[in-house]
Amino acid sequence: MATTADAFQAHHDHEHHHDADHKPAFFQRWFMSTNHKDIGTLYLIFAICAGIIGGAVSGIMRMELAEPGIQYLGWWVEFLGSGPADFDKNGHMWNVLITAHGLIMVFFMVMPAMIGGFGNWFVPLMIGAPDMAFPRMNNISFWLTVAGFCSLMFSAFVPGGTGLGAGTGWTVYAPLSTTGSVGPAVDFAIFSLHLAGAGSIMGAINFITTIFNMRAPGMTLHKMPLFVWSVLVTAFLLLLALPVLAAAITMLLTDRNFGTTFFDQAGGGDPVLFQHLFWFFGHPEVYIMILPGFGMISQIVATFSRKPVFGYLGMAYAMVAIGVVGFIVWAHHMYATGLSLDLKMYFTAATMLIAVPTGVKIFSWIATMWGGSLEFRSPMVWALGFIFLFTVGGVTGVVLANGGVDDNLHDTYYVIAHFHYVLSMGAVFSLFAGFYYWFPKMSGRWHSELLAHIHFWGFFVGVNVIFFPMHFLGMNGMPRRYPDYTPAFSYWNEVATTGYWIMAASMGVFFANIAWALVAGRRAEANYWGEGATTLEWTLSSPPPFHQYETLPVIEAHHDYHDHIGPAGAAPAH
Amino acid sequence: MIQGTLSFRLLHCLALLCAVPAVSAAPAFAAQPVVSPVASVADTRSPNVADESLPPAVAADGSTTTPAAGAAAPAYTPLGPEWIKGQPTPGAVTFQRQYSPDGHFALWMHDAILLPLIVAICLLVLGLLLWVIARFNRRANAVPSRTSHNTLIEVIWTTVPVLILVAIAVPSITLMARQYRSAPEDALTIKVTGYQWYWGYAYPDNGGFEVISNMLDEDEAVSRGFPAQLEVNNRMVVPVGEPIRLQISGADVIHSFAIPSLWFKMDAVPGRLNERVLTIEEPGIYYGQCSELCGARHAYMPIAIEALPRAQFDAWVLTQGGTLGGEGAAPALPPEQEPESAVEGAPGAGAAPTEQTAPGTPAPTA
Repeated sequence: MATTADAFQAHHDHEHHHDADHKPAFFQRWFMSTNHKDIGTLYLIFAICAGIIGGAVSGIMRMELAEPGIQYLGWWVEFLGSGPADFDKNGHMWNVLITAHGLIMVFFMVMPAMIGGFGNWFVPLMIGAPDMAFPRMNNISFWLTVAGFCSLMFSAFVPGGTGLGAGTGWTVYAPLSTTGSVGPAVDFAIFSLHLAGAGSIMGAINFITTIFNMRAPGMTLHKMPLFVWSVLVTAFLLLLALPVLAAAITMLLTDRNFGTTFFDQAGGGDPVLFQHLFWFFGHPEVYIMILPGFGMISQIVATFSRKPVFGYLGMAYAMVAIGVVGFIVWAHHMYATGLSLDLKMYFTAATMLIAVPTGVKIFSWIATMWGGSLEFRSPMVWALGFIFLFTVGGVTGVVLANGGVDDNLHDTYYVIAHFHYVLSMGAVFSLFAGFYYWFPKMSGRWHSELLAHIHFWGFFVGVNVIFFPMHFLGMNGMPRRYPDYTPAFSYWNEVATTGYWIMAASMGVFFANIAWALVAGRRAEANYWGEGATTLEWTLSSPPPFHQYETLPVIEAHHDYHDHIGPAGAAPAH
Repeated sequence: MIQGTLSFRLLHCLALLCAVPAVSAAPAFAAQPVVSPVASVADTRSPNVADESLPPAVAADGSTTTPAAGAAAPAYTPLGPEWIKGQPTPGAVTFQRQYSPDGHFALWMHDAILLPLIVAICLLVLGLLLWVIARFNRRANAVPSRTSHNTLIEVIWTTVPVLILVAIAVPSITLMARQYRSAPEDALTIKVTGYQWYWGYAYPDNGGFEVISNMLDEDEAVSRGFPAQLEVNNRMVVPVGEPIRLQISGADVIHSFAIPSLWFKMDAVPGRLNERVLTIEEPGIYYGQCSELCGARHAYMPIAIEALPRAQFDAWVLTQGGTLGGEGAAPALPPEQEPESAVEGAPGAGAAPTEQTAPGTPAPTA
């Protein structure tokens, strides 16, 4: 059928050999890049590299936890140059591993992939903009993130207390991170967060400016694709939350090095103040990690149902509600610190409230599929997996929200299970869904759908075998951040470690699939998902020209506000 | 076996969910387990040494110390492994058995309200997903509908979760209020301090001695029949069946005092004194572990509470060099005294200031 995609594509093919596709030389293109697609690609490559390191760290952790006792930590202590292993160095090594895993996955895998990678690539394409509003700032955002990662890696090789590296947990709680960790490792870790945070703040400014000012004619806010909405809300969360983190860790830095006592009770400070500041950032942070995923899942579910998104406005404003409420629930991470009863009751009620907009999203995705014509291509199976597993992770959040019940679950493996269900199954499933959805668009080449399905099933089984037993371990009383445990916990730990190998094998399939696609993948056409894919990026070639939309697309009034370009033949005017 | 237990539990929970009236009967249900253990505790406090609820070690101990033990306070012997009550169960899929009133209430809230509810929600979402997969795939439904709005259903799926959450909030707030009840004035106070990497238990009502509690070497613990990494050299000994006021603080970094079988967790924060009441219903040993990352040996500072009848507790206090206050009475305070410096002519008061020692002092009028 003569869709808008075809009409628009013809236009671009015509000018293909003009300067729209003139690319700079290699160094200039990739190291001084101002092109949102190239920067998006850099972010994705960076996130994959960081993900390999963070995932390998979790492999060391799972191996260590497969049975009681310390088996592997001593080897790593010596491998990383900390001298002969001993009891304390082993314990410290463990803390370095959990810290590195958390910080890498949060700041250098999920965030760069979601916002830096897919956000950079597809926000301008979806709103009909030629590029981001501040291309050079976009570039420095990326390189600050890389610099931050280097600082974090460097911290592993300098003293941090009882061994090399920062062993404070990703939460960097004072006083463990101040008087409890002597040596520069924690300073490097703090500096790493400063750099990554500065990069993210600039990225957020860039996205907000781009989305508010550079939408194509006719693309009102209420016509924006939901992925753009999700990035907009996320950018506001970043803009409001990250400065608080920056302030908190700067105070930590001055407490450590310049004798201030913000978090030291001996000088009139309070260790719990740091937790308030950290979680005022930290809770919005978890929505920063999942909201772009919500956006991607909405696009994918609509595409493969060949139906517009159900309840578009409800979906958009549910994300806004999650963003707003996300700022007033932070102390549910601190139920055990000795909050007053009134405060605990308030945070219990406010936290449970988040289930309402989240429920709206889950039900709206199902309603989008209801009456649809579903096609189970690889992005869709990942999206279906996301919806179910995110629900499982969400409901355990309702359990944990209850301050009184949380007394027995706080800081146990139940919490680990909960946040890995929403992140390593929620955020990561949406990342893979988005990856398979857009990989041919970004690279111009097809991945193997068969391998993508094998990857899905391996990953699905693997992560469930890893994380579901952790609910049992947590309820049975196993605390977090333990390298060693009493033998009563060994059964489910062994099961979880088995799951890790299943998951790791499926990742091998993923990398083989990408390598195969880049070398020998079939060429992808402009709109390879067919009539269900209706947003503007499908009007462009795959990969899109180096500079797109030299003539801005115009969104007609009949493009109604559910992500749908409208009936056939409604070509945008040029 | 684990599979069987799990499916049984799920069925059990679903059945409970169906029995909605059970939710409204919550307070009565929860109150029940609180009452009966207290009665049994009253038994254990009777001076009858032959009472079967008394630790046998205590009864046997009488012969080794003094034959006249029946009349004197019983001597103290640490409880043996047969008295372990609160510890993780190998391969378990749920919470440890609870031995405190709040623990019973919280466990009831989880098992009767939260777990059935979350299982039902997951099954609902899974069922809907399977239904759309089966019914609305491309082969079964080639032409998609264009429906994208239905105000009624959107209002329903917004308001129904709100109502469910309000229903959860009622017992949830009740639970927190119970956990935050303050201790009776005459309750025993124990000050718990987290150190890197051990615990200190101070008894200000009994002379203020502090027990330092380190993890027992793994092999030694196992050879004596105790679980590895949970047993300690000196347990925190408490009287059973009465509210104990725990005041928890940290000496260096933040630790967390947690005992899963008592549904108890409170951070030990330097510079803060977190207070919480704990009532243990049965004599026995209850294990916990530090639950806030505190450095290299975070995993190696377990908590072991030994709950004993009051008489044995008193005997233990004496072995620690502590003192026993009057039964239920606060220790007599020394008479209020004015600071010496305020009493003219007292030895510590020093000479009255003069113009020479403190310039600006008005000259004495007399």
